[in-house]
Amino acid sequence: MFVVMHLAPGDPASIRYGLNPDVSESARAHFSKMYDLDKPVLIQYLLWMKRFVSLDFGKSLIDDRPVIARILARLPATLLLQVCSLLVIFCLSIPIGIISALKRNSLFDRVMTILVFIGYATPTFWLALLLILLFGFKLEWFPISGMSPWYTAYLDSFARCKDLLWHLVLPVAATAFGGLAALSRYTRSSMIEVLGENYVLTARAKGLSERRVVMVHVLRNALLPIITILGLTLPALISGSFIFETIFAWPGMGRLGYEAIMGYDYPTVMGVGVMATILTLLGIFLSDVMYAVVDPRIRFGKRQ
Amino acid sequence: MLYIKKYTGVFKRSLFFLKRVIFFLSILIFTASSYSLENVTTSRDSYVSSGISDARVLIPFFADDTTSSSICGLVYNGLTKVDKDLTIIGDLAERWEIDDGGLLITFYLHKNVKWHDGTPFTARDVRFTYETILDPETGCPYISNYKDIKDIEVMGPYTVRFRYAQPYAPALLKFSMGIIPQHLFERVKDIRGSSYSRNPVGTGPYRFLRWESGEYIILEDNPDYFVHAPYIERYVYRIVPDQAVQFLELVSGGIDSMELNPYQFRYRSSTPQFEKKIEKYQYLSHSYTYIGYNLKDPLFDDRRVRQALSYAVNKKEIIEGVLLDLGEACTGPFLKGSPYYDEEAPGYEYDPVKAGALLKEAGWRDADGDGVLEKGGEEFRFKIVTNQGSQVREDVAAIVQNQWAKLGIKAEVQVVAWSAFLDQFIDKKNFQAVILGWTIPIDPDSYSVWHSSSAAAGGLNFISYSNRRVDQLIEEGRRVFDPAGRSEIYRDIHRRIALEAPYTFLFFPYATPAVQKRFKGIEPAPAGIGYNFIEWYVPENDVKYKF
Repeated sequence: MFVVMHLAPGDPASIRYGLNPDVSESARAHFSKMYDLDKPVLIQYLLWMKRFVSLDFGKSLIDDRPVIARILARLPATLLLQVCSLLVIFCLSIPIGIISALKRNSLFDRVMTILVFIGYATPTFWLALLLILLFGFKLEWFPISGMSPWYTAYLDSFARCKDLLWHLVLPVAATAFGGLAALSRYTRSSMIEVLGENYVLTARAKGLSERRVVMVHVLRNALLPIITILGLTLPALISGSFIFETIFAWPGMGRLGYEAIMGYDYPTVMGVGVMATILTLLGIFLSDVMYAVVDPRIRFGKRQ
Repeated sequence: MLYIKKYTGVFKRSLFFLKRVIFFLSILIFTASSYSLENVTTSRDSYVSSGISDARVLIPFFADDTTSSSICGLVYNGLTKVDKDLTIIGDLAERWEIDDGGLLITFYLHKNVKWHDGTPFTARDVRFTYETILDPETGCPYISNYKDIKDIEVMGPYTVRFRYAQPYAPALLKFSMGIIPQHLFERVKDIRGSSYSRNPVGTGPYRFLRWESGEYIILEDNPDYFVHAPYIERYVYRIVPDQAVQFLELVSGGIDSMELNPYQFRYRSSTPQFEKKIEKYQYLSHSYTYIGYNLKDPLFDDRRVRQALSYAVNKKEIIEGVLLDLGEACTGPFLKGSPYYDEEAPGYEYDPVKAGALLKEAGWRDADGDGVLEKGGEEFRFKIVTNQGSQVREDVAAIVQNQWAKLGIKAEVQVVAWSAFLDQFIDKKNFQAVILGWTIPIDPDSYSVWHSSSAAAGGLNFISYSNRRVDQLIEEGRRVFDPAGRSEIYRDIHRRIALEAPYTFLFFPYATPAVQKRFKGIEPAPAGIGYNFIEWYVPENDVKYKF
């Protein structure tokens, strides 16, 4: 990523001060020197690595603040949005998948298939604009953009929370819609697979209620592949947030990264990259833990 | 406030001073149009402005983007400022004296000014600010504007004198840089990294309250402001990075003002919803767009060729097509309507016949009849570059390409991302023609763009314009303080540059802001609309935000 950023033609000093008659050449040189931009790329990379091992991401080339402070200020907004959309995706797509599997080729199954694929195929930024236009602008049901508007600084914390939830609706709806497809289709197909297994037949033969067969015997076994997908959805959501947060004026990490790329802010781009990697690893780790919860065979340390 | 004070005074004293009543009434009649009879002395409501990017640093001499500068402009004061007609007037300085032919500038400061924390403002703050700027360790990007200052002397608590190594006329305007408080900064080592860069303390009409990165900045009124307390209680800057969303926010009332683009101004603002609540303004923005020719390229060596290229461009068609008529034709590098802009300078009105004749005179003919001019076996072909992200410039490129083609000139358009454009083309002077724009500084000093010494690598005279007489005039313009003398010098520069046609000067676009109608007291002027923000007010019944 470091190399890619530096391969792109352009110089942060001229992005920041470019063609400003009031800014002298010496000031640009001072800027480049301050951030080691006058050194060869390899040296810059080694310097970056050196700082990185001591968890120092350097300072932003845009506003000179420590990158880590900038990211940590933006991270909660992104996490809040992503966790909420993951929850919505989870709560909607698994029931959709189950019902579709049980009533295969029914009207519900067909409608849902079409619907989730429309969601999957719709560019999120376009959907976001449509939602804003309809529900925010025309109907005025929800706020158009932002996370917690400025006037909440004058409100008590309860009113602030309420306002925040209100502002979450459209962004969550827009992100979740696109994420439904993968999870619901996987639920459906793995449910169908499990429904054909012998132990399901056994369970039914035992005279268990259909509800118990589906919810306990089938679903639990069908969950494994779903968890894999869930772990992979998080990174997808984060990468999607780059454009998406810009549209909703959401003060998250994706927008920070987008602005950093546009401004040739190498340290911030690297910092956001590292943070996205950490989040992805965290997502995979979480899904590993959930495997163990769901499937006793995968549990460690209990072997006797 | 001046008017309002007088006006409220009328009722108290009118019975006794009939003569004064008549005098004040005459003032009232003049001001009645802008001030309703309502009492506006209390501050109320909030003004929510908006922009696409966040501020960076709220210390005036580090601010290098428009958002930071505009916030700094409300929190801090400089020694000087410009009024609505762009004339230099005092801000923190009550008056000043220029002695020794411009080598000594003495400022006499207002005495009743306090910092937002209550400490009195004195001449020591002024000296501290400029000493900090001049310290190379500070890393102020504007240091070269002050490099001729030899020393700064505090003559008394409210008098400060600057001694210059050589006269520098633009200095007066450069003194509009915001003054920072010595008592807070003197112990700070790293000013850029200090907490004050995000929690500024100034002397201005608004005090800093809160900054949520990527969301908003809130400023509150300073009731002790030395001119008068502003009438709007809060100034809020909201960051809405997407312009389409910004427009929706404006119409639905989430923000109170934004800068419209020509399309929004012409076609999106005639809905009843818009017209009922929002007022549009238009005035010449301080910038122009031009086509620059690389004078090191033999193709553009001949003045007649450059003039022909200018004659061949139909500016009117461009302004109509690209700006939807929201702009005015431009003939030189100064602001139209200012004393430095010479209306008599050659304007290159669209004249394809003349353009053809000039090309013929320069030896360009279409000998083989293929529709492209040749000279010495070479065809008249060149590449014109511009940056990505500006639809206006891309559209201009397409139109001039077509207009030149009619004369047998083949121009190939290349659009390059901004950073690469600067790095690969401009800084290396590796181009034939460019489409670009300049902002026009209020001071006409044009050293960095038109002086031949600025043609060095990395300089802004990247077209390598060089004219000894213009160089002399630019140098002279830096020494002459007298306004009449200065305007003569710059008018001369304008005429000379226009005659040589190193640029095809295209147009000044209009600035087209829109503001909610509940704000009164807005008077568009050459300086724009924001210059008298502390005079804006909201009638009591229209107040939107009450806390």
